[in-house]
Amino acid sequence: MNALHSMVRADSADAAGLARKPPASGTHVTMRGLSKSFNGAALYQNLDLDIPRGRIVSVFGPNGCGKSTLINMIAGLLPVDSGEILFDGKSLRDTVIGYVFQNYRDALLPWMSARGNIEYPLRRHGMSAVQVKERVDALIDAFDVRFDLSRHPYEFSGGQQQLVSIMRALAPRPEVLFLDEPFSALDFEMTLFIRDRLQHVQRQENTTTLIVSHDLEDAVFLADRILLLTRRPTRIAAELDFDMPRPRSAESIADPHFIAVKSRALELFREQVAGRQT
Amino acid sequence: MNAAFLRLLPLLGPLLLLALWQTAVSAHWANPVLLPSPAATVSSLWGSLADGSMWPDLQATVLRTFYAFVIAACIGVPLGVALGSSPPIYRSVEFLIDFFRSTPSSALIPLFMLLFGLSNLNKIAIAAFAAVLLILFNSAYGVMHARKTRVLAVQVMGVSSWHVFKDVLLLESLPQTFVGLRTGVSMALVIVIVAEMFIGSDNGLGQRIINAQQVLNIKGMYAAILLTGLLGYLLNLLFILVERRFVHWGGK
Repeated sequence: MNALHSMVRADSADAAGLARKPPASGTHVTMRGLSKSFNGAALYQNLDLDIPRGRIVSVFGPNGCGKSTLINMIAGLLPVDSGEILFDGKSLRDTVIGYVFQNYRDALLPWMSARGNIEYPLRRHGMSAVQVKERVDALIDAFDVRFDLSRHPYEFSGGQQQLVSIMRALAPRPEVLFLDEPFSALDFEMTLFIRDRLQHVQRQENTTTLIVSHDLEDAVFLADRILLLTRRPTRIAAELDFDMPRPRSAESIADPHFIAVKSRALELFREQVAGRQT
Repeated sequence: MNAAFLRLLPLLGPLLLLALWQTAVSAHWANPVLLPSPAATVSSLWGSLADGSMWPDLQATVLRTFYAFVIAACIGVPLGVALGSSPPIYRSVEFLIDFFRSTPSSALIPLFMLLFGLSNLNKIAIAAFAAVLLILFNSAYGVMHARKTRVLAVQVMGVSSWHVFKDVLLLESLPQTFVGLRTGVSMALVIVIVAEMFIGSDNGLGQRIINAQQVLNIKGMYAAILLTGLLGYLLNLLFILVERRFVHWGGK
């Protein structure tokens, strides 16, 4: 499936009628009729969204359009005003999720070692010591970690801390992994390394993944689908599918397929920023 | 500037003060009856430590401060953490805490004399009262200002609110709690000294200071003052060392 094509899907917000739209096949997370406003100003109105299972979806859009708000509502960090979000028909309460914050410094627990941080969600979910060790060792292998995890988080570089955050989020085998601008504070070398390992582990574990990015190249690089948002009140401008084979390497960004999808996304983004195309 | 000089820099201030003190005595700026020389003061302090006459007073003050501090910490930390984890309850008692925290506790000495009489318990009670508010306020503040991301990061894992409290909030509040404990022990010492001076007492450094003043034993008075200063400084230092050991992540 190397065809140089990308698919633009219809704006789903317009299609939302009174009847609930059935989810597309292969859907993991279904969002129906979601509304959210801040101080009386509507951010989202009656939004429908299907997130496909086992895929990486990047959320991209103009500044202040509520990219992080969207995933925070799905992850339950922010309450919705109205609407329903289901994970395979279950509520969030019955779903294991992982969340990686932009601010890794504040997200890790500094009184524990890095390994303790990764083990923490497993121990709290009642996993036996043997299983915990097995799982953490497997993650260390998968992420090819070469630094000493018995040290405390504040002894590591920013990239290493974010890597530990990602490992902690993945440890309990979450159904859905959320990453809120995970690379925005990291240097390029570390971003390349983490992107590389992340797509490897994501494929291995088939974790449905949502990434917010303010960098278009980042957004396209990891994505199976790019979710482009409009300015507020925010709608879905387009969902671009991107089926470039994996693993994608640092050289992939020079590939014509990559460039084509990125240009298409950029074009749609410009339309949204320049003015409302209704 | 070389490294050895930089290392000696902290000594510069005290040496300057000693020089100024000595100059004031030598140049007769102050009445020599009211201001003994530094050497005379230190030798008086040394003498009263060597002949053992200072020890019972030092011991009494240290013990009172210790009891007051332990009582204050045992009440202040749990209560502060509990109040801090429930902002509505904290807000309902915030005025009381801030009011009594702003009231000089020494002004309450007469009230405590009515409540507890002239006993040893009185001095401990009032010092504990002064310290408990500082400790409580700081612990509550530490919990309330726990980093939001850290709390969310653990909540999102689906752990119980008890574990969020125990594993995150409590530890997040530790650096601020230590600030409370450190200022609390200093406050306890201050109030113990004041209480020893103005509530009838048989021993203690405060009592020693006021007695020395009454009989114009000025060298003895300065010696006892010097010792209370030293005691306060060492207590502060001790708490900083303990804090560094227990809250290794503080400020990082």
